[in-house]
Order: sequence, then structure tokens, then C-alpha cells
Amino acid sequence: MHLVQQILFILCAGISVYFFSKKVGEIRRNIKLGKDEDLTDNPSARWRNMVLMALGQQKMFKKPIPALLHLAVYAGFVIINVEILEIFLDGVFGVHRLFAPMLGGLYAYLIGFFEVLAALVLIACVVFLIRRNVLKVKRLNQSELEGWPRNDANLILITEVVLMSLFLIMNTADQVLQSRGVEHYTLTEPFWITSNFTGMFSGLSDGALIAIERGGWWLHIIGIFLFLNYLPYSKHLHIVLAFPNAYYTRLRPQGEMANMKEIQNEVLYMMQPELAPPADGSQPAQQRFGARDVMDLSWKNLLDAYSCTECGRCTSACPANATGKKLSPRKIMMDTRDRLEEVGKNINANKSFVDDGKSLVHDYISVEELRACTTCQACVEACPVGIEPLSIINQLRRYLVMEESNSPQEWNLMFGNVENNMAPWKFSPDERDKWAEEMSAEA
Amino acid sequence: MHIKSMAEYAANGETPEVLFWVGCAGSFDQRAQKITKAFAQILDKVGVKFAILGKEEMCTGDPARRSGNEFLFQMMAYNNIQTMNAYGVKKIVTACPHCFNVLKNEYPALGGDYEVIHHTTFLQQLINDGRVRLKEGGEFKGKKITYHDSCYLGRGNNIYEAPRDVLQALDVELVEMKRCKTNGLCCGAGGAQMFKEEEAGDTRINFERSAEALETGATIIAANCPFCTTMLTDGVKNKEKEDSVAVLDIAEMVAKSLA
Repeated sequence: MHLVQQILFILCAGISVYFFSKKVGEIRRNIKLGKDEDLTDNPSARWRNMVLMALGQQKMFKKPIPALLHLAVYAGFVIINVEILEIFLDGVFGVHRLFAPMLGGLYAYLIGFFEVLAALVLIACVVFLIRRNVLKVKRLNQSELEGWPRNDANLILITEVVLMSLFLIMNTADQVLQSRGVEHYTLTEPFWITSNFTGMFSGLSDGALIAIERGGWWLHIIGIFLFLNYLPYSKHLHIVLAFPNAYYTRLRPQGEMANMKEIQNEVLYMMQPELAPPADGSQPAQQRFGARDVMDLSWKNLLDAYSCTECGRCTSACPANATGKKLSPRKIMMDTRDRLEEVGKNINANKSFVDDGKSLVHDYISVEELRACTTCQACVEACPVGIEPLSIINQLRRYLVMEESNSPQEWNLMFGNVENNMAPWKFSPDERDKWAEEMSAEA
Repeated sequence: MHIKSMAEYAANGETPEVLFWVGCAGSFDQRAQKITKAFAQILDKVGVKFAILGKEEMCTGDPARRSGNEFLFQMMAYNNIQTMNAYGVKKIVTACPHCFNVLKNEYPALGGDYEVIHHTTFLQQLINDGRVRLKEGGEFKGKKITYHDSCYLGRGNNIYEAPRDVLQALDVELVEMKRCKTNGLCCGAGGAQMFKEEEAGDTRINFERSAEALETGATIIAANCPFCTTMLTDGVKNKEKEDSVAVLDIAEMVAKSLA
């Protein structure tokens, strides 16, 4: 019987790790479809960002209530993973509570602590479900979440509630079995939370209790294996990618827009032709200016897209969104990920990307959305894990203007004025210092 | 009072302490010209040796770059950097946070390395150094005033305190809006929106922001950007409050309070 359980467990673990690694490999490949961008400078500042933003959740505390609830889930998730290590080793070696004899009296404290965390996670997830579905907090109920994103969020929360419940039920049954001296159930000190609920199970037979305890154990661990494989398809992937994303987040002032070296050089060679490299026919093929599709973005933009957990802090800070415009920075990130996943599937099917007649701009993100941005950086500032929706918006705008000449008439007039009058309005450059002349006259 | 250009300084073999980058709004827009004049008046009064580029100044290229026209931006940047490098410009002060951001953060990669300072920081330094002396019990003493963080000074460059310090030096009663500092709401003009109609929506961004400023009960909305000043003035007019609430640049407030 034990051997069967052991083999089954190892099989389940193997299958789940195999499929998880396969999908992780695909995501890695997809992110690498992006353009190179060197973000390895200043490692000490980067580690600091990772510790403060990802580990310390510094930016989450701008909204204290969700931050505390999230902290409970996060701490629970990270710390209870230590318990999963025991569960995993128990499963592999066909033992029960492997760590109990090693840790002695400390063991019950440890499990007690996990139980407190599990209870906190459970409560926090229930509150989160209420915020989403009953209170209908605005940023958690906007139009871009209709359909799958909403279900994804609820599914994650329900799964956590179920997993935590199984963990607590399993411990409760375990303690009743311990008190009856049933074989295999190592006697421990009472666990902090579940020891109070043993009365619920006291009327059940040993057989029924073992079934509950084993059932709880198996469902819990199978739930974890399934969740592991669900993760890379879900917004919940942020629990992993928040860390690298915070590490690679921008260190330069937020106001600075990325330079386009190729255009800088083109202007330079136009103004000073003597600096231009000789044309020898070996020049690289003309590249696209700005970004039309995900492959034109940088790898960091694509990592951003996979790191986004659709919390909507960006969108609720966006002035355009707040005043009813179509732009939602969260949707920019969701669209980028959806399109990248589509490109990934295309590569899976065809070995390399085969043009599908679609692109990120137009098919996913409309011109109207892009035109509404004031580049105020509120979205960048708001993101707890250092995602930059503005970077994607800027690159798509560059494509629209420079490759499609797609700009509103007023912008075309502004361009003309800047070019001819050196100012965005139609004033004569000769009058630029008229105010100074007026001041002299006034004096 | 005569405002000298870099060309005049160069002709006399002199170098100014600082170049005052006026910007297009400050040069041409009637409302913003008042800010320019107020700032120039302060510099003149306290004896800062400053110059302007005058007719040689061009748009930094900010609206072109932010709307997506990188070619035009690079053209403008090239010309401005050529001009400033030829004069050996070392230090620049500007009353526009968009110019400030581009000059400070984006020109270095193109060969234009200068010490760039926003006029609110410059004013704070002049006050701290005792060069700008303010009237005791000036016109703004005890007045309820709210301060609007421009995006490119605030979030863009993390400058939140210097403008507030200047306001404190004027002895005002500073009241913050609900969304301020890192959470400050945009006036709606950035990203070249100043030069086009807003996209379709429920309301205008400047109306939303002005309403928030009016909610504080302040009689003056202090700003640090010519575009914010225009947008907020329009928003105050929309609420028909222009007779009781003024939108002023910090430089204008300092100019009126000089001892």
C-alpha cells in the first residue's frame, strides 16, 4: 500500500515538474524574442530594488489595507512552502511527518506557526473574493477584466482557500489519530489552531479519519502540483517574476525617454555628412522605427507583461482612464502578454514565427488608446513590481508616427511649426525674445 | 533693465553665471511670458549674471519626441546642443519642467552635458543663500494655497520639496490636494496633449484636476510649469471660479514678495 502511494506520488511530482519546466522554457524563449537591452549596470541598486520592491513589497503599502492582506497571503505562501518540503519528502520516502522526530518540541511550534499563516491566508483570500465580487472595487472590475481575467483571479483565490482548508483539515484529523495512538501518526505537541477543532472529528472511526487525513494530504499536494502548472498560464506568475522584474526595473529618472541611437546617427550624418560611414552595400537591412509588434519591444517590456498580475494600480492612477478615455495601462500589459502568447503558439506550431497578418498595435491596442496618454508616468510610479506600461506606449507611438505617418492633424501642424518656426506654435522665430525687448522698454 | 543674450556676453568675452532657457511657452505664450518676466525680474534684482539664447533658442523637441516623432526631436536637439556647446554653456536654469527634463536627462546622451536646474529649485537656493530676500508679511502670508506637482518635475525627476520650501518661505498656509507628490494627478497637457484635442471621454483631465484643487478651498493654485498653469486656469474658469481663485507660477509669487 505504501509503495503504491510512493510510486504514485513520485509519478505525479515528475509529471508536474516536467510540464511546468516545459512551459517555463517557452516563456523564457518568448521573452527573448524581444530586443536586447543591457540592464546589468549598478547591481547594488538593482538588488536593493529587488529586496525593497519584491521581497519587502514597499510600493504595495501605498494602499495599506490590500497591502496587509496581500502580505498575509505572501508570507503564508512563502513560509508554508517549508511545510511543502516536508510533505514532498514524506511523499517520496513514504514516511509521515519526517521532520517531527528531528525537531522535537519545536515541530509543533513550527506547524502551529504554519497553521496561523494558513488561517490568515484563508481569511485574506475570502476578503479578496469579497472585494472583487461583492464590494466590486472599481479597479478590480474594469472592462479589460471581463471573461478569462476575472475567472483567473477568482480561480486563484478559490484554489488558495481550498488548499489552506485541506491543510487545516488534514492536521485536525492527524491530531485525533495521534491521540488514539494509531500507527504511523507520530505523536506531537498540539498544533496551535487545529488542536481546537479536534472535537469536530472525535465521533469518527479510525478508518474514516485516516481517509480524511490521507485524502486531505493527497488533495493538498495534487492541488499544489496542479497550481504549479496553472501558474505560467495565469496572472499569478507574478509570484515568481516580481523578483527578476524588480531587479531589472529602470534606475534612470522616470521622466527620461529611451534614446534612439539609429535616428540620432541618421540626423548626425545628415548634418555632418563627413562623419557618415562609407556606403559599401554591407549595411544592415533597414530596421523598423518604434514598435509594431511584440518582437519590436525590448525583452524587459516582455518580462513586464509576464510579471503583471492585473492589479490595476496603474489604471486607477491613469489620468486618461480616470476621465473616461479608452486608455488603460493594465490593458496595455495584458494585450502585450496575450499577443506574445499568440506569437509563442505560432512558433510552437511552425518552428519559427510565420506572419499571421496581426500586430500588437491595431489588432490588440488601438490608436485611440495610445493617443490618450499624457506620459505622466503615474502608471510606472504605481506599479508595485516595477512594470513600465509607458515604455510600451512610447514605442508604439513612435511606430505610428514614423512608420505609418499616423498622427492627428493637430500634431502634424505642431511638427510643421517646430520644424519651420522652431516652436510648436505658429510664431516667428524673430519674436522669441520679444518679451525681453518689452522688459527693456518697460524699464 | 536689459536682458543680455549669450551672443552679447560672448562678444564682450564674458561668461554668464547661468543660461536662462526660456522655452517656447515662456517665449511666445502670453500667460507664460508673465512667468518668464517675473523670473527674469528676480534674477536681475538679486544680481544673478544670466543670459538667454534669444533668437538662437529652439524648441527642445519634447513634444515631438513624446508624440513619437524621434526624427524631429533629434533635429532640434542637434541644433540646440551645437549652439550651447559653441557658447560653452555649463549651467542652465529653466522655468519649464518639460525643457528641464529633456535638457537634464535626454541631451547628455546626444553630447549635451550641462548642469540643469529647474527655476523652483534655483529660487529655493537663492532664498537659502540669502540672495533672494522676501518681504515680512508679504501678499501671500497666511493665505491658503495648494501646490500642483507637475509630472516632469515630480514623478519624472523626484523634485517635490524645493517648490514647497519656496512656498513655506512665503509664509503661506500650504494645503495639499488628495492626490499629491508621487500620486499627483496630471494637468492633461503632457505627452504633446497640449497640442491636440483630448480623446473622447467623460470629462477633461484639467477639469478633474482643477476641481480637486478647488476642493482644498485654496485661493491660489501654485504651479511650476507653463502648461499646467494654462490647463489649470482653464479648469478654474470652467468652474467659474476665476474671480476668487488664481493660478500662479511660483516665480510670480516670489517676484511679488521681493523685499
